Amino acid sequence: MTEPSAWERILNPSNRANPYPLYAELRKTPVTRAADGSYLVSTYAEIASLLHDPRVSSDIGRSPAAAAAGDGEGGPGMSPTFLTKDPPEHDKLRRITTRHFGPPVTPGRVAGMEARMTEIVTELIDAMAGRSRIDVVDDLAYPLPVTVISELLGVAPGDEKRFRVWVDLALQSTDPGMDPESQQQKRAEAGAQLRSFMEELVEKHRQAPGSDLLSALATDDGPEGRLPDEQLVSTGLLLLIAGHETTVNLISNGVLTLLRYPDQLQSLRNDPELVIPMVEELLRYEPPVHFVPLRTALDDIDIAGTTIPAGSPITLVLAAANRDPARFTDPDSFIPRRPNNQHLGFGGGIHLCFGAPLARLEAQIALTEFAGRVANPRLVSDPPPYRPSPFLRGPSHLPTDIDGITGFLFS
Amino acid sequence: MRLVVDLTKCEGYAQCAFLAPDVFTIQGDEALTYDPHPDEAQHRRVLRAAAACPVQAIQLERSEGPEPQPEAFGQSGTAAFLEDGRNAFSASGRIVIVGASLTGLRAAERLREEGFAGSLTLIGEETHEPYDRPPLSKQVLTGSARSADTSLPRRRALQAAWHLGTAASGLDVAAKQVHLADGRRIGYDKLLIATGARARAWPSAAESALSGVLTLRTRDDAAALRRLLDRRPRRVLVIGAGFIGCEVASVCRELGVAVTVTEAGPAPLGAALGGVIGAIAGDLHRENGVDLRCGVRIESLEGDAAGRLCRARLSDGTSLEVDVAVAALGAVRNVEWLEGSGLASGPWGVACDAGCRAFDANGIVTDDVFVAGDVARAPQPMFGYQFLAVEHWGNAVSQAEVAAHNMLSPGTECWPHLALPKFWSVQFGTEIKSVGVPSVADQVAIVQGSVSGRRFLAVYGYKGRIVGAVAFNQNKWLEFYEPLIEQAAPFPPSLHHVDEASDANPVPAGFRHRGSPTQDATVVVTGHYPNERRARLAPPRFP
Repeated sequence: MTEPSAWERILNPSNRANPYPLYAELRKTPVTRAADGSYLVSTYAEIASLLHDPRVSSDIGRSPAAAAAGDGEGGPGMSPTFLTKDPPEHDKLRRITTRHFGPPVTPGRVAGMEARMTEIVTELIDAMAGRSRIDVVDDLAYPLPVTVISELLGVAPGDEKRFRVWVDLALQSTDPGMDPESQQQKRAEAGAQLRSFMEELVEKHRQAPGSDLLSALATDDGPEGRLPDEQLVSTGLLLLIAGHETTVNLISNGVLTLLRYPDQLQSLRNDPELVIPMVEELLRYEPPVHFVPLRTALDDIDIAGTTIPAGSPITLVLAAANRDPARFTDPDSFIPRRPNNQHLGFGGGIHLCFGAPLARLEAQIALTEFAGRVANPRLVSDPPPYRPSPFLRGPSHLPTDIDGITGFLFS
Repeated sequence: MRLVVDLTKCEGYAQCAFLAPDVFTIQGDEALTYDPHPDEAQHRRVLRAAAACPVQAIQLERSEGPEPQPEAFGQSGTAAFLEDGRNAFSASGRIVIVGASLTGLRAAERLREEGFAGSLTLIGEETHEPYDRPPLSKQVLTGSARSADTSLPRRRALQAAWHLGTAASGLDVAAKQVHLADGRRIGYDKLLIATGARARAWPSAAESALSGVLTLRTRDDAAALRRLLDRRPRRVLVIGAGFIGCEVASVCRELGVAVTVTEAGPAPLGAALGGVIGAIAGDLHRENGVDLRCGVRIESLEGDAAGRLCRARLSDGTSLEVDVAVAALGAVRNVEWLEGSGLASGPWGVACDAGCRAFDANGIVTDDVFVAGDVARAPQPMFGYQFLAVEHWGNAVSQAEVAAHNMLSPGTECWPHLALPKFWSVQFGTEIKSVGVPSVADQVAIVQGSVSGRRFLAVYGYKGRIVGAVAFNQNKWLEFYEPLIEQAAPFPPSLHHVDEASDANPVPAGFRHRGSPTQDATVVVTGHYPNERRARLAPPRFP
């Protein structure tokens, strides 16, 4: 048996805690062909260029990898969202969805959520009072984004327990380490459950629309029309799942990093505005999404001395590019005020993360409040246990000992 | 707080508009405008917006923290050069920059960033400190920003002597002195000429003097035009459909003001984008209610008894009742003060090498006079070594930085200015952005998107190679075409990609051939032996 490749080792859960040395190895060959025939791109300049390259398709229908798995995103029968479409359909779907989420039509929505986010974080931290040990994932990093996205979409508070099980199942199914058959089975199962959940929800909002995003999408006809029902369901699910799973990792990776760099934690306490560049540095240093799979070359692409043949699957390893020493000085150091920090934490080009502003604001508020109010937090174990996914990477739990909570604003 | 957005970099991701919606505004798909001087209450939101920009295009006033360091590239060379102690100039030399706008300011900042510790003097004709011009034809005219609030953010302390409100009136290269209009003389060891350009005046002085007739270039011009627009004129006449003219027309429509645009050529933006793409821009105008008249000139502007503009007579035989006329006839380079200096200056600007070092009239490069910005005309190796003057915001910045670097560097450490020209414009909520030099093209092909949807990308070719590209509301893809231009990729491109246009066949681009202004240079050469031969510029006989 041959030595496993760097990529195989990255996918192996035993390397989840620190894949970065393996990314460094991967970067030695900027474009490599994986055993399954897909091309892995790991260096900054090459990824930045492919993110803007119209010869690279995101269309799930053009992806041989997705065809091999026998279905599209989310599960069989699920209608593709803008995430897995190309222009012009991508642009139109994204515009229609953005219409109710941000500029140009609804510019104040995300910024207007700041007060409510702060309130949620305050309550979550208040609830830590009197305890000597907390789990940053369960007590802060998970409940904040799930509450925010639920309120934004108009998902009832109690429903979280229902969809969490299916979401976990769906995410397990994206684990590239899993055999394709059980992947597909899990995906199908989770997909069916989530779909009927969302169908029900959409119908409910159509009958009795509220001020939430889902109601707007279900009832408002902009100049380009409304999303067709099946699109509405898949887009609703995309926003619900992507809207919190990734942010959980951003916040827990953030707290973990601060616990590993107590001087930075102290700096943040002294200067809350430091959180703004700090979250950018986290997006570079410990990004919540490690790679973008399922892109497809529509033409032969010559890049970094390699030709990616037309039809090949492409995976962009964003987390490796974020540590590329050719782009970032001292890339393995966490430098909150890093100048010119043009990281790829949210991808780039037309598919740049839809929820990026939401994630940034949530992480900024969560980290500031954590630093300011949680007294003397100490990691119980380093590294903490990790969730299995290599591409949505973050701790499953972050047990932390604390000396108490300060500054009750609402007590 | 002050800010400026490098819209050359901006790809319209709208992250800033999400996080600071009272400061940054997206129009249409991706066109960004912003308040250049937001209230302190917006401080935190603006910091968030600047940090979130995926292309790091938002530049803020430096108020705290360490001074920014120059980009890593080339730093080692300069550092070694300084360490050698060979550069007494960097420690105690005198640099004078003539021109206190974007180019002058950015050059000054770069000089300090690269360790220049000597005396630094900036001379500016206007009384204002350096300000940003692009907002003047957009958010200042709509009233969403004040003209007085367009001062450029200072990214570092300059410790410079400023002579503002005083024009330079002459240059004595032998004595190394700049003459000021008030009679003072400022000595230099090295000089940067960054006097830019001014709006070309309406040719009739009497008609120009009518109240309501104006040009748009300076902060004061913008304030004046804004006041006129605020009074709800019956109709605005825009003379010339270049970028400024088109943007003024767009603002008029946004404000609900009737506007007629006359253009002597066959289409708007014809000089920059050619007839084919210009015609699409023309459709945009008409769809948005502009009375666009191409192939039409203004015969005369007429005033009432009080000297106020009231009527325009057009070459199509019609006349229009108008209260405001904006002459948008392009720019004239500010070179008059250099007459007799012995430099290669004229209507074309100041000729220089690709390292921004000025040529004297003989065509010999000077050692201590540099040129950057709109006034510089430099050879472009990528485009057949043609001498081009590039009047774009991004060019002002990149050339200023190269000039500043070269002022502090020995010849072997000099950088050539090879930045690909880029420009943008916002019209009717459409972001128009271009890279390369479309105007040298013979053909154009619309390769991505759809013209009817007003979202498309066109590629320009010259003799079988790609020389430029323009995007209408598709500017996130433009990055892909830059290396194709830089590497002289074949035209028409035969690539398979997303969103292929229905008809990507190349067609003639529709540029009207115009000679380079340097062809009109009148030079007198005297002397017999090689050591005697000298050129000098004769004053143009037909100004």
